[in-house]
Parts: sequence; C-alpha cells; structure tokens
Amino acid sequence: MVIASTDEHEMFRKTLRDLFAREIVPYIDDWERDRTFPAHELFPKLGAAGLLGLEYEKDYGGGEADHGFTLVAGEEMGRIDCGGVPMAIAVQMAMATPALAKFGSPELKEEYLAPAIRGEMVTSIAVTEPDAGSDVAGIRTRAVREGGDWIINGSKLYITNGTQADWLCLLARTSDEGGYRGMSMIVVPTALKGVEVSRKLDKLGMWSSDTAELSFSDVRVPVKNTIGEPDRGFQQQMVQFQAERLITVYRYIGSIDRALSRTREYLLERHAFGKPLLANQHIQFTLAELSARYDMLKHYAYTTAEAAARGEDVTRFATIGKLIGARLQREVADTCLQFYGGLGYMAENWTSRFYRDSRLDSIGAGADEVMLRILARMDGFSVS
Amino acid sequence: MQAMNVVVCVKQIPDPAAPASLDESTHTLDRTGKLILDDSDSYGVEMALQLADTEAGDEVVLVSMAPNGEVSGLRTALAMGAAKALLVSDPVLAGTDALGTAKVLAAAIRRVEPDLVIAATESTDGYTGTLPVQVAEILGLPSVTFAKSISIDGSNVKVERQTEAGYDEVESPMPVVVTVTAGVVEPRYPSFKGIMAAKSKPVETLTVADLGLDASEVGVSGSRQEIVDVSEAESRSGGEIVVDEGDGADRIVAFLEQIKVI
Repeated sequence: MVIASTDEHEMFRKTLRDLFAREIVPYIDDWERDRTFPAHELFPKLGAAGLLGLEYEKDYGGGEADHGFTLVAGEEMGRIDCGGVPMAIAVQMAMATPALAKFGSPELKEEYLAPAIRGEMVTSIAVTEPDAGSDVAGIRTRAVREGGDWIINGSKLYITNGTQADWLCLLARTSDEGGYRGMSMIVVPTALKGVEVSRKLDKLGMWSSDTAELSFSDVRVPVKNTIGEPDRGFQQQMVQFQAERLITVYRYIGSIDRALSRTREYLLERHAFGKPLLANQHIQFTLAELSARYDMLKHYAYTTAEAAARGEDVTRFATIGKLIGARLQREVADTCLQFYGGLGYMAENWTSRFYRDSRLDSIGAGADEVMLRILARMDGFSVS
Repeated sequence: MQAMNVVVCVKQIPDPAAPASLDESTHTLDRTGKLILDDSDSYGVEMALQLADTEAGDEVVLVSMAPNGEVSGLRTALAMGAAKALLVSDPVLAGTDALGTAKVLAAAIRRVEPDLVIAATESTDGYTGTLPVQVAEILGLPSVTFAKSISIDGSNVKVERQTEAGYDEVESPMPVVVTVTAGVVEPRYPSFKGIMAAKSKPVETLTVADLGLDASEVGVSGSRQEIVDVSEAESRSGGEIVVDEGDGADRIVAFLEQIKVI
C-alpha cells in the first residue's frame, strides 16, 4: 500500500495549499500581533473544503475519507508559516471532535459535530487543569448528577481556541472512584451560565492561537451531552489522544521540509567571506544530517499512516513519531535560526517564529516525558 | 425557462511551475507529461458555475483537446462542479495550431448544442488569444470578449466588457461565445467532496474522425502557422535602485509618469 498517492490526494493537497495561501498566510502577521485569529471567519472556509471532517461519517457532513487525506492535511498544515493557526485547526479536526465522532449519540453528533465539521461552531478540548496536565488521572473538575443534568464545577487550563469556542469536549470526574476510573466526557456549550474565560494566557510562541483558562461554576449541562458511556471518559480520551498525535506527527513532515528548503535557498543567496554560506562544509554536513533524519521521520510517518489506514493500533507509532518528530523539529528550528545569523533572531523573520512555536511540540499533545513513559512501559523498560 | 447548457473551453497545460521544454523539430511545447488545468480557465469555469448555480437543471460542460488523452486538468474543473467533459484526444492532434484547434473545439462544441460558450481570453502557455473568436466564427456565433461579468436575461446575455477606460455594457442573443478576463471572479477550491465526485463524472473521449474532421486539417501538417525559430528571451537587467532620501514618493510618481502608467 502506498498511502496518499492517488490523483485525488494530490488534488486535495493543491486545494489546501491554495486555500491556506489565500485565506491564512497573508494574515498571519496580523493574527500573531493580535494573539488570536478569527476562527469563526476562517473555519467555515476550511469546512467548505472538507478539511474539518475528513474521516467522519457523511451523515454529519464528513467525507469518510481514507486516512491518506488526513496525512496530506497534516503535511500541508505544517507548511503554513506559523504554528498557531495549524494547531487551532488541528484542535477542531483531530483533538476535540474524534471522541464525539466515535462514541457520541446521533443526536449529539447532529447538534455539535455537524456544525463543527462545517466550521460554524468552534471547539476546544478541555482536559488539562492547574494541577493535572500530563497526569490526566489527577483532574479535579467535577460533574455531579442532579436529575437530568450534570452540575459542573472546576477549571481548565491552557485551552486552545478557549476564548472563541462554542463548545468544549470536557473531561470531568463523575464518580468518587479515583485514578483512571470515574471520569466522563461531556459536551459543554460555552454560552451556558457559569462558563467563564477567567484568563487569556500569554505564551512563548503560538501567538496567533488564543489560549485560555476557563472556569466552571455550577454549570448545568444535560446528561444527554455525555459522549459515550459515563465513567469511560478517560479511556475515550486516550483514543482521542491518538488522533491528536497522528496529525501532530504529519504536521512535522510539512514544517521540517519547508524549514530546510527555505534555509537552503537563503544560504545559497547569502554570501560571507566571498562565497555562499552553503559553501561551508560545516553547514553542508549539519543540514545533510538533519535532512537524513527528516527522511527517516517522513518514512516513519507514512508507515504510521498506512497502519492507521489499515485500522491497526498505532499507539506505539504515534508515540514514537510524536517524540522523535518534536525533538527533530526543535533541532531544525534552532539550526535554521543559527545559520540565518542575526536575521534569524529578528522577530520579523520566520526562523524566530518557528523557533518559538516549535518549543511547544515537546510539551503539548503529550510531553516528551509522557511519550517516554508510554514507551518505557510498552517496551518493558519500567517497573512500578 | 429551459435548462441551459454552458460550455467552457478548458486547456490542459504542462505545469508552469515545472521546467518546460520545446520539441526540437516543431519548436512547440512538450505536452507529453502530466497536464494541469490552465489557471486562466479556472475563472471561466467559476463564472459558468455561478451562472448554472442560479437555475436548476443548468449544466456546465467542459470541452478540451489534448493529444495524449490526459484528463487531470479536466478532473480539477469537474471537482470544482462542472457536470461532464468532452475531450478530443488523438495522436494526430500533436502540433495543431490555433486555427486547427478552433476547428476541433468548434466541432466538439456543436455536439453539445450550447446556449453559452465561455473561454479564457488567452491560454497561459500559448498566448495567441485568437482561439475563442475563431471558434465563434466557425460556429457562426457572435462573440463578446474581455467579460468581467456575465448575466442571463431571457434569451440574451448581458456582459460587462472591460476596456482601457472602464467597461462597456454589451448585450447579445444566445448562443454566444464570451471570453472571460483572468482575475474577475475568485475560483472556488475543489473541495474534498467535489474531488471524490469528479471521479465518477463522465468524460467522453472523441477522436478527430469521430468529429467528422479530416486528419489533414489538424496536427503539424494541417497548421497554417509554423514556428520557424525560437530564441532565449533576453534576461532582465538588474533595474535601478533608488535610495529614498526623503523624495522617494515623488521619484516613484515621476518614474510611473515617464513610463506612462499614470
């Protein structure tokens, strides 16, 4: 099987490249400055192209596409000149909606998934809390059943799209069982009384993407808004994390390729000591080595996508790809900035933004240490 | 009103982003590889789709010619929303000049019985800019060129025709051939659903003989136009760099006046 190799995949790649070039790239500097982007203006355009519901059921406006289209989407998102907007798109298509699509009731999917696929509703994934990030089992936000409603109290932190979201895929404790048990996944509309953006957060990078701290005070949500089975939220979130990590790995393929290409072009033009910078063997060898490692990552990502397309468990693939890809992307960002010299350090240059934005990839969507913890367990390198 | 047939002439060309080469003997562009939809035709396709979208039953039909049976560019236009395509593909077509192409396209268009024929003002690779009016002449139809908008009014079309000074309002009975200027509408992106739907849309392939044309009328032998020689375009000079010393705006204005842009 050769993933994403048909004319249709190539045509969709061109659609995305043209779409991003026209609807996103010209506005990035403004959005970075504003520390947000207009999701309600942009997402309907992405929805019309079919990006936001690629693999979801046609009944809800999805495309029932093969997984190769998700790979293409990730690659092209990675080629966008910032990390913030692609991250926000990824939240909409692969972080806040997969569990709803897989486990949600038809009514819930009609009410919340379909408008998210069309881009009319903006979504966020609300799992992390002030005292529980990587350790998801430590969340404290609680939903207590009262008649036909959940009453939710607590707070969520580092929520991408958090100031603009229409609904949240929220993980809350719904029973007194500790640890991984007793959590439920609930669709929480943000217009409900008691849902507040308590802070808009400032970050090292990803400036064009808004990030929020959210608070929940006696928020009353119908129990029918529960995604899948009550008390199975943690397990469902682990499934959702896989989709998040896959699209993240695919984004690295686009972002690293573009960074190395741009750097090569610059180093050919930039002269120092009477010759192009690229004439220096140190630079040649450094970039050649990064290129070699990128090639391995790309093939690994394609193998991952093929396994996912076959419906196999890709936990190990996604974990390794996420870990190695994030680290390679950081190294590439650092190297490109270094070889651009003073220009590379300037905020106006892409290298500076890429360097800032890449730093998150070893923390968000499962920190490197979480990936290592998963791998150590899978490969028998851990005892408890 | 009866359903309308809108034909769009589309050209499939070698990707302008890839290096191009010329055939050494005929000096014509090598078209043996993968071809894509000429960007300048995407405006005509969009305009046709906008017209067809307003009336149920209206249909956009693509007509194209390619020597090697290539359909990639047609699939792009089908993914945008065109209903079907008619491709004239025949090895004898290689090297056909603009008039020969017009004969072939006119014969193909005649089969569709169109109410309106839309074409780009010129192609991105050939740039003769003569084909649409030749097609109109062969079909015995009126032609309106450089349209920036088209609307249907009963059995007539109303066209805003771009001029150097602004635009003329032109009205013509249908059927009519209208050429569309690049950039006047924003072509839609082929969506995922459009791309998948295009796979099963009909593309009828015809030969020159199917159209009742003689092979001697087309190809290199049928061409009245011969490319005698080609030479490298002169490389651009570096231009003049003016350092702004407070009078930058004035100097730009003076320069634009000098070259008669303003």
